[in-house]
Amino acid sequence: MTADLHHQTDGHPSGANQPGGPIELPANRSWLERHGRTLFTVLVRLALLALFLLFWQMMSGRYVDPLFISQPTDIWANLYEWARDGTLARNTWLTVQEIVLGFLFGASAGIVAGFALSIIRLLGDILDPYMIALYSIPKVALAPLFIIWFGIDVQMKVLLAAVTVFFLVYLNTSAGVRSVDRGLIDAVRLMGGSHREVITKVLLPGSMAGVITGLRVAVPYALIGAVVGELVASNRGLGYLMLDSASQFNTAGVFAALAVITIIASVLNLGVSALDRRSSRWKPVEG
Amino acid sequence: MGAVLEVVDLEKSFLKDEKRIVALRGFSLEVVEGSFVTILGRSGCGKTTLLNIMAGLLARSSGQVAYRGQPVTGPRTEIAYLTQHDTLMPWRDVQRNVEMPLEMRGVRRAERRRIARNLIETVGLAGFERHYPRELSGGMRRRAGLARMLSTEPETFLLDEPFGALDAQLRTELQAELLRLWHGSGKTVVFITHDLEEALLLGDRVVVLGPVGRILLDEQIGLPRPREDPENIRLDSAFIALYGRVSSALKEGAR
Ligand SMILES: Nc1ncnc2c1ncn2[C@@H]1O[C@H](COP(=O)(O)OP(=O)(O)OP(=O)(O)O)[C@@H](O)[C@H]1O
Ligand SMILES: [Mg+2]
Repeated sequence: MTADLHHQTDGHPSGANQPGGPIELPANRSWLERHGRTLFTVLVRLALLALFLLFWQMMSGRYVDPLFISQPTDIWANLYEWARDGTLARNTWLTVQEIVLGFLFGASAGIVAGFALSIIRLLGDILDPYMIALYSIPKVALAPLFIIWFGIDVQMKVLLAAVTVFFLVYLNTSAGVRSVDRGLIDAVRLMGGSHREVITKVLLPGSMAGVITGLRVAVPYALIGAVVGELVASNRGLGYLMLDSASQFNTAGVFAALAVITIIASVLNLGVSALDRRSSRWKPVEG
Repeated sequence: MGAVLEVVDLEKSFLKDEKRIVALRGFSLEVVEGSFVTILGRSGCGKTTLLNIMAGLLARSSGQVAYRGQPVTGPRTEIAYLTQHDTLMPWRDVQRNVEMPLEMRGVRRAERRRIARNLIETVGLAGFERHYPRELSGGMRRRAGLARMLSTEPETFLLDEPFGALDAQLRTELQAELLRLWHGSGKTVVFITHDLEEALLLGDRVVVLGPVGRILLDEQIGLPRPREDPENIRLDSAFIALYGRVSSALKEGAR
């Protein structure tokens, strides 16, 4: 194994056409073959949604009191009205801010704590029962405390969202870090890697799946935290809008706010799964 | 030439619940610089444990392990260790896995690329640079691990059943490749295998281990080098005699 080791390239079987290796063929597929299935699913999805709305519209007023279920056209009219006078934008923006801030604070604290308490194993073991105990508290029960601390303004909702997100991210992150194969850590030590390199080159990428799972499950909870916070006490935001409409028996308004919340949730989930797809190429096939 | 690796009266036991499992006891071995030592032994006799300790991954219970006269307290970069199970990073493709040790030594990107490319070709994985470990067969992962280990040009190699998962043809090819790389390089190799023939064809010296690492046989292999023609060596009378001795030593270990 002399210095010229790195220069020799002669006379060795090359991978792509080695005996017994896989055969690679160009997959000649037309546009329709490649996207046909996706296109079909999307079309059927849209058709289902249209059918559902149509059914709703027909039922309402004819068989069910609109006071209970309103109807799509009224909801749309309500949304339009809110959009026109700026109510929609203002309140949606506020709720989105609460969600995003709560998620960011909670997730970053959760990731940091998850790594720190798994790497400093002893500290993690000591704190573990307390973390589980805190995790088990229904987070809504903290709302009164947060109101005392911060009043009913944005901070309280952000904190409520963040606390929920924190524990989910924390638990999944530390599970991810602890599941990293010891052999991989040893491999880095054998390569002469420092403690820092063990963290950056093995623990971080190796626990990515856990972190992402944590982030993914936490997204809806950020929304829940923010909206519940608004329902408990507020004078702005989509939750308030819902509550306010309900108090005036404006069912269309309740549904309109609900629809906006659903859309926000879907957008958030799309974002997370995009992130997931990017980093999951190396993951073993599920199942 | 003196001893590179020196193991004296090594003992290793594992604590399992309230029991102590002794894996190695009273084990001593001297590995001469530049030599190729093959170690044979039944499953569970402590071969991997021994290599883990020599590589500095595992702390010994008692005894001494020294590398060039210095006690081994942790992994050192002069020693490359190919572990029994592969430890490729699943989130890195073959190319980036092979580059990894170079990355840690701060080798520049272009240089890393070039070295990794050549090594990947050497182990017969050209065309698979962009594949992730899970997209490779077991033998291909093994070869990728081999390439990674070679990338830093270490001076001593500890190999734990490196060719165990390969088909006979490929195994022969890589054995020849290993001999070619090693021959005249002055590097030291400790090579664990379950394959008696492989042990004799490759090594300068064969060591047969029994339970708790008791040495059952320790013999020089006097076959001439370079051993480019395994077919003929198998017919050599010295080979056959040695084969018989090692084989009966292994059987004795089983009793
Ligand atoms: N971490 C551990 N804890 C407890 N016992 C262990 C541990 N590692 C190894 N052993 C025990 O030590 C003994 C030797 O193990 P080792 O892995 O060194 O065997 P080996 O010779 O490499 O076997 P094989 O040829 O199957 O790889 C075995 O009996 C095993 O059960
Ligand atoms: Mg072993």
